[in-house]
Formats: sequence, C-alpha cells, structure tokens
Amino acid sequence: MAGEMMTGNLAAAWGARLAGVDYIPAFPITPQTEIVEALATWCESGAMAARFVTMDSEHSMMTAAGAAAATGARVFTATSSQGLLYAMEVLYSISGWRAPLVLVNVSRALAAPITLEPDHNDVLAARDSGFLQIHAETCQEVLDSILMAYRIAEDARVMLPVIVNLDGFYLSFTREPVILPAPEQVAQFLPPFRPAHLGFKASAPHALGVAVLGGTPYSYFRHQMHLAAMNALDVHSETAAAFERLFGRRYDVVEGYRLDDAEDVLVMTNAFASRGKVAVDAARAEGRRVGLLRLRMIRPWPADAIRDALRSRRAVAVLDQNLAPGQGGILFQEIAASLYGEPLRPRALCSFIGGLGGKNLSEGEFRAIFDQTAEAGVRGKGIGPILLYTEAEHREMTQLQALAGGLNS
Amino acid sequence: MPWQRGTFKKIKQIPSEEHVFPGTALCAGCGGLEALRLAAKVLGDDVVYVNAAGCFTMLAAYPFTPFKGSWLYTTMGSAPAGAQGVRDALDVLIAKGRLAKDENLKVVVLGGDGSTYDMALSSTSGALYRGLDFYYFCYDNEAYGNTGMQRSPSTPYGARTATSPCSLQHPAGTMQEKKDIFEIWRAHTPPYIATVAPRYPLDLEEKFARAAKFTGPKMFLALSACPTGWLYDPGETPEVAKLAVETGLWPLKEAINGSVTHTYIPKRKPVEEYLKLQGRFRHLFEPARQDEAIQHIQERVDTYWKQVNG
Repeated sequence: MAGEMMTGNLAAAWGARLAGVDYIPAFPITPQTEIVEALATWCESGAMAARFVTMDSEHSMMTAAGAAAATGARVFTATSSQGLLYAMEVLYSISGWRAPLVLVNVSRALAAPITLEPDHNDVLAARDSGFLQIHAETCQEVLDSILMAYRIAEDARVMLPVIVNLDGFYLSFTREPVILPAPEQVAQFLPPFRPAHLGFKASAPHALGVAVLGGTPYSYFRHQMHLAAMNALDVHSETAAAFERLFGRRYDVVEGYRLDDAEDVLVMTNAFASRGKVAVDAARAEGRRVGLLRLRMIRPWPADAIRDALRSRRAVAVLDQNLAPGQGGILFQEIAASLYGEPLRPRALCSFIGGLGGKNLSEGEFRAIFDQTAEAGVRGKGIGPILLYTEAEHREMTQLQALAGGLNS
Repeated sequence: MPWQRGTFKKIKQIPSEEHVFPGTALCAGCGGLEALRLAAKVLGDDVVYVNAAGCFTMLAAYPFTPFKGSWLYTTMGSAPAGAQGVRDALDVLIAKGRLAKDENLKVVVLGGDGSTYDMALSSTSGALYRGLDFYYFCYDNEAYGNTGMQRSPSTPYGARTATSPCSLQHPAGTMQEKKDIFEIWRAHTPPYIATVAPRYPLDLEEKFARAAKFTGPKMFLALSACPTGWLYDPGETPEVAKLAVETGLWPLKEAINGSVTHTYIPKRKPVEEYLKLQGRFRHLFEPARQDEAIQHIQERVDTYWKQVNG
C-alpha cells in the first residue's frame, strides 16, 4: 500500500491541516498531545494559515472553539478522556449554537482508577450532546473522516459539530501507511466555510445561545437539532460518494466484513475491530459462518443500515468497549432498540464487555464469543452482559492484589 | 496630584444616546444594569457581549435583547474563553479578508461576581495571561444573586445571605472577608483595571474612555447595588451606591499596567450609614447591636485607606 507511515495522531493533524482550518484552541492531554504539537509547529512555521492558542483547560478550549466557530471561523480541536468530560457542558452549548466545528477525541478510559489506555466510555458519554460521531478504525480513516466531517458538519441541512474518534495508543501511536490527499483535490471536495446564519459583525448583530422562557421555544430548538442530526445520514451518504469519486476510498455509516452468508455477526467499533476481523478470518478458516459489522457513525445512529446488516441473522454479539455499571454495554442497548421493531430480527442478541482500559482481546476470547453466540442463536435466547476476563488475567490480578496487600497478608 | 478626568468633566458630556434599552427582565433598581447602561455609552453598539450565567443572562431572553450589538451566552465558568474564541475568529477573518475591517467588534465579557470570583477564575486568568484584547465587566452584587442570594467569595463580612445566615455560632452572618479580585487581576498586570460605581457616572465614563486606548485586557469591577438581594427599596439604589463609595467600602480606583491610582478620595462617612440602609446587615443593629462586628468592618476600611493615603 502506498502512502507515508504515520501515527493516527499525525493523520488527525494532517486532516486539520488539509481542511484549511482557521483556528485551533488547544490543551494537552495524553494520548492526544501529538496532534496539537504537530499543529502548533505547522502554525508557527507558516505551513498552516491558522491561529493556534493554548487555553487554560479543556472547558475553556471548547468554549473558545465553539465561540470561534459561531463567529464564522473553521475550527479544529482535539482532546481525550478526562478532557472531554471536563468540557462536557460546553459540548451541549456548541451543538445548541449550531456551530459546526470538528473535535478529534483520542479515546482513553476514564478515572478512577486513572489510566492512559483506551476504551469508549469517554466518547460515548458525549453521545447525547448533539455532536455527531464518527469512529475510525485506521489512521487513513482518521484523516479521511476529518475531511468528511467538515463537509457534513458545515452542510446547511446539518450545521452541527462532529467528533471524530480514534483509539488511544492502538491507533494514536501506531504507524500505518497513510495517503495524503492533494490539497487541490481537498479544495474540490470541501468548499470554503461561509455560513449563512453564523457570525458576529457590526452590520448584522445577532444574539446566540440566549435564554428561553418555557418549554415551547426550548423544545423547538432541541427538535431542530435532532432533525438536523438525522439529516446527516443522507448528507453522509452524499459525502461518502463524493469522497470516493475524488479519492477512491469509500466509507459508509457502517462497514460489513464477510457478512454475505454470515449466520452470526459480531458488532464492534474503532481500532479493535481490526482484531475482530482477524478473528472472523480465523473462524471462517474453521468453517464457521461468521462476520463482523463495524459501526462507523454513532451519531446520528444509523438504525436502517444496522437493521439491513443484521436482519435474518441467527445471532448477533455486540462487543462493547465501554461499561455502564449497573446496565451493561452502551452500544448493545442501542442495537437492541434498533432491532426490536424488526420482524426478521436475529434469534439471539448477546452482550460482551471487553477491552476496557486497553485490555487485550485474545484469540481465545473471540473464539468464546463466537461459541457462546452460536449457542445462544440455536437456543433462541440472548446472553449477557458477559464481562470478558481470561484466566491468565485473573492470575495476574491476583498477584497484583497480593503485592498491594503486602506479601505477608 | 489628584486624578484628573480628561474627557468627562460635566454630566452634559455624557452622550444622551442609549445602547442598552429598557424593558428587560432584570429587577427594578439594578445597580449593575445602570453601570452597564453608562458603560455602553462609551462602548457603543459595535460590541459582542459574551455572557456568563448570572442575573445578566436574563437580559437576552428569546426573542428579545436590549442591545443593538451582539450577544453570546457561554457558560458560568468560561465566558473569557468565549471572548478569546470570538476575538481570535474576528482577527483571523479580518486578516484573511473574509470580514471587512469596519465589521470589527469590541468583545465584552459580562459576568457576575459568582462567575468572576469563583468559577471563571481559571478562564479569566488564562485570558489575562494571554493578553486577550477584550473588556471584562463584572457586575458585583456581592452574592450569587440570580439563584436568590447565596454567599459568594465577594460577599462582605457581616452580610447575611441565604447560605450564610445569622446563628448563635455566627451572629454576624458571613464570617469571611471579601476576596480581593482587583488585586488578583492586578497580579497578572493587565494594561487596565478599574472599579466603578453607577452613582459616579463621570468617573465611570472616563474610565471606559481611558481603557479604550489600551490593547489587551480591560477589566472592570462595577458595584452593583442590589435592592432584591441587599434588601432595600429599589428607589434607594443611588443612595446605597453613593454611600458604598463615600464610606470608603468601595474604593474607586484604576490600575494602569499594574500601577494603582485612587480616582476619588472620599471624606469617609462611618460605614454604619451604609450598613444601616440594607436588610442584609440589619442583624448588626437589631435586636441587639453587634458593636464588635460593625467595628471590625470600620477598622478594615480604616486600614485600607491608611495604606492608600500613606
């Protein structure tokens, strides 16, 4: 494969650079920092015609980002984990302002206990914020998704901000070949940002984010956000077609892998889906009819595409790299809700929780998932949530506990 | 040499044109709104107000605003960061030729003392540190007002609030001293800081006119006498605001690049005259007079002015 070797973080920075952004408010957090370091260097050298400002927190960073986008600038920023949650109230403000910026989130599990490695509780905490969400599997997809994200966000039918998500460490620090689109082609794909209804200027004053009195205006504006978010499904499909025409790479809201004759389907997201695909190949080699559905767009939720992919299957397993304590997997709930009204829904829906805090997903675990899902399909009764934890991991943890408790205790 | 007003010497020199129109949802007699009305006579209409949660948030309530300028409500903790985003975007768009120069706006943060002294302190410090070219207008009514008068770090010793009630353990109500936000700002050495009071319009207008000459943070702390929260008749706002200054409790001053000048030296009436007007201090006088608490307030003021006058 052609292309330059680069990390997911550098690919994200290139996405912002090629999108010709005007403004980058930033704040460092592992594992996102390489993105803003690269952008700071390019802004300083003049390689990018953007203003780079280091803010005092992610909360301030997101406020500055949203305010600049509301003023009419094309804005990029990036964060991770605690930073995303620290900025959480601002996310709701930015979508309410209908300010179409792009935020890259480099997924990292949430404290406590504090860790640096990925899972998706951070980005999924923003699932109701009004930000659209695209989750990427490869470094190339990170870059391409950022370009697509600007076109979707800035579309007059949408005018909502977008989060592009990539996994910390596994993608952020992994080098893969990435083809850098030619700037002239990007210019063909992504029109300049000239919003019709945003911007503060002397000749056309306006008030944004104002208070409303009562539920009637509040509900109106919130309904508008929902309808605009749903418009993003069609806009994504137009954008994907335009992207493919220019760059030859195709991204849909979901990606099917060896689904054609699959009896049982494993649903995953993000970089660990690559491991899922390897596991599917291994199972296929043993004669099992399994496939994988990777969810790429999380908001708006592509319910039709999910139903089309999962209709008439024997069983479906959702592997959530997140955990809603006391509930289970977040995406499992959403998949289940989408399939309930489907007459030809799978006979069994199974929920697995794995990869929390970057925990490995082993071949054995995938085999167990396929086995248990097949059995559930035969029985016609779903299982879960199953908390994946291998015997080796349990032994390792027991040793750590012994150390933590003192060797003699 | 005493401080001289260069531009505003007579009341007649204050422009009659209004930029903040009446009919808002704010309380009758709001001293903060009066200070803003006066400030806007210098700021004009080419302004975008960046608002933090507080009483003034109710100025722009859909579908009305009292301004001819623009408005952006942000959050309670990050209005200065919102100002940063707007300022930077305007600069970038003008530099890139996407916005005409005559479309430029002044960026003005409007925050209450709850936001200013507490939640937005990090965001404000960041904007000061970065030298952001903006105005910060804090309407200081010495409590969380919009939520019904709870103690803020701006609440003075001896004031009763909903969360610092008088009790046997704390007969004076609030036991903490007011946080000195002026000095916190000054530690960042912005080009311009001033305190203002609505009852001193020439002093106020002069300070906004002086501030306009500076690029960078222009910080204003406006006494916002508050009939609803301080418990006096709305018609007495001018008198309360006047006595805050004349007793020396609210010094009128400015700091240019960190160097402080008091712009008005009051003859200093006893603080009691100011305290007595307000229900929030009534417990200091009845049912039993709390001489110690009143004396404490007087001594703090005396000490302050002793340092000023040398």
